[in-house]
Amino acid sequence: MTSTASTEAVPPRAASFSPSRTLATTARVLRQLRHDPRSIALMLLVPCVMLLLLRYVFDGSPGTFDTIGASLLGIFPLITMFLVTSIATLRERTSGTLERLLALPLGRADLILGYALAFGLLAVIQSALATGLALWALGLDVIGSPWLLLLVALLDALLGTALGLFVSAFAASEFQAVQFMPAVIFPQLLLCGLFAPRDTMHPVLETISNILPMSYAVDGMNEVLRHTDVTADFLRDILVVAACAVLVLALGAATLRRRTP
Amino acid sequence: MMNYASGGDPATPAAIHATALTVVRGGRTVLRDLAFDVPRGQITGLLGPSGCGKTTLMRAVVGTQAKVTGTLQVLDRPAGAAELRSRIGYVTQDPSVYDDLTVRQNLDYFAAILDPGRAAAARRRADVARVIDDVDLASHTDALARTLSGGQRSRVSLGVALLGDPELLVLDEPTVGLDPVLRRDLWNLFHTIADRGTTLLISSHVMDEAERCHRLLLMREGAILADDTPDALRGTSGTVESAFLHLVDEANARAATDRQEAR
Repeated sequence: MTSTASTEAVPPRAASFSPSRTLATTARVLRQLRHDPRSIALMLLVPCVMLLLLRYVFDGSPGTFDTIGASLLGIFPLITMFLVTSIATLRERTSGTLERLLALPLGRADLILGYALAFGLLAVIQSALATGLALWALGLDVIGSPWLLLLVALLDALLGTALGLFVSAFAASEFQAVQFMPAVIFPQLLLCGLFAPRDTMHPVLETISNILPMSYAVDGMNEVLRHTDVTADFLRDILVVAACAVLVLALGAATLRRRTP
Repeated sequence: MMNYASGGDPATPAAIHATALTVVRGGRTVLRDLAFDVPRGQITGLLGPSGCGKTTLMRAVVGTQAKVTGTLQVLDRPAGAAELRSRIGYVTQDPSVYDDLTVRQNLDYFAAILDPGRAAAARRRADVARVIDDVDLASHTDALARTLSGGQRSRVSLGVALLGDPELLVLDEPTVGLDPVLRRDLWNLFHTIADRGTTLLISSHVMDEAERCHRLLLMREGAILADDTPDALRGTSGTVESAFLHLVDEANARAATDRQEAR
């Protein structure tokens, strides 16, 4: 008689977090991106081109370029990562691969952190390119350390990833997912202090802007712009952005259900 | 207790055991009070028209279906138990693979989820090579899934389910849209897998595939009409298809008289 060939080895229990599964997910997301060089090029180059454009739009008033340029260095990663993550996770949901993954011993944290790491890496490259270009080629006048700019940009990217992941749960198609961009990002853009100082807004709007995380991202950038060292306000700003990112990531994790109707 | 080695022995506990299994989707009862057993080491066909609840039943077995009540034991565990996730292979109706990855990259990723860690790399490589061979995609390992034909993509999806040699394979219409030669090859593969001791639950709405199963569950409108071997079902009517149609007519007639009596 031939014995049954089923494997006797007990497979590892499905832990909620496993570094190797997280890294495998990161590698997979990056591999997917590598097959799409056009998207990578757009993600990396568009912010640079925008900064270049802005520099010559404000050719006559370099002071304005400094403020807006620094703010944008914080806003670009947020918007890009929001878009990329919302579409990528939506595709994961609609293609059935999410259901398949959640039927496998993959923790939800593995999936989310895997995505966050992959897109975070991309955000670092994007921010480094944009920051480098703004500081050394376009003459953006920053008093603080460029590393702090990069830190804020990275946290913004993380926030964008978190928001994108979260809204993808409420989009039924890629078409809807793209519409969430104006719905979620534009109000923050208007209220973050980019167009008018936040304390000159209508008190109601000022209160709202005090709640929205992008306001802190932009404030943080402006702190680096004006101060040589790390200020208490800067610390508060980056803590708020980081806390928001973690909170929204947790909310996003809650939208990944193993059992669906 | 004695330990019986042969699959399908009545004394071995069933791979899937359901009693009073009910599933509600969007306020509608999709599966109503089902009771059935799926024996180990055999191919059980789940047959019925589109929309009769086959996919819902399979999702309940795999543990991805919400609002499941009643008893559903899978490999002696409650369906959906975390421990089962590496013991069941599941293929959804639409191929669920990454279109922007190659065949090998797809399999590599899912293998890394099932059997993670650097130490397992050699085992994973062997597993992926075996699966590529099983689903006959050796000539397409470096092709992007997006560029493959429908049949090839569904074989990648099947390949993912075969990773890690699961004890139970749940396949939702795995042969739909495939040409006759491929369908025959796949059914030969299913039998090879079953001979190794794996349990297969395969849904189909093509009745001629019923003949290739060891057991059949005939479903209609969320209920099981028959649970028997193809031979026993064929018995009086000649083919499984005519047996099924006969059962459907009977069920319709019963429902009609019930309605009349209720008036």
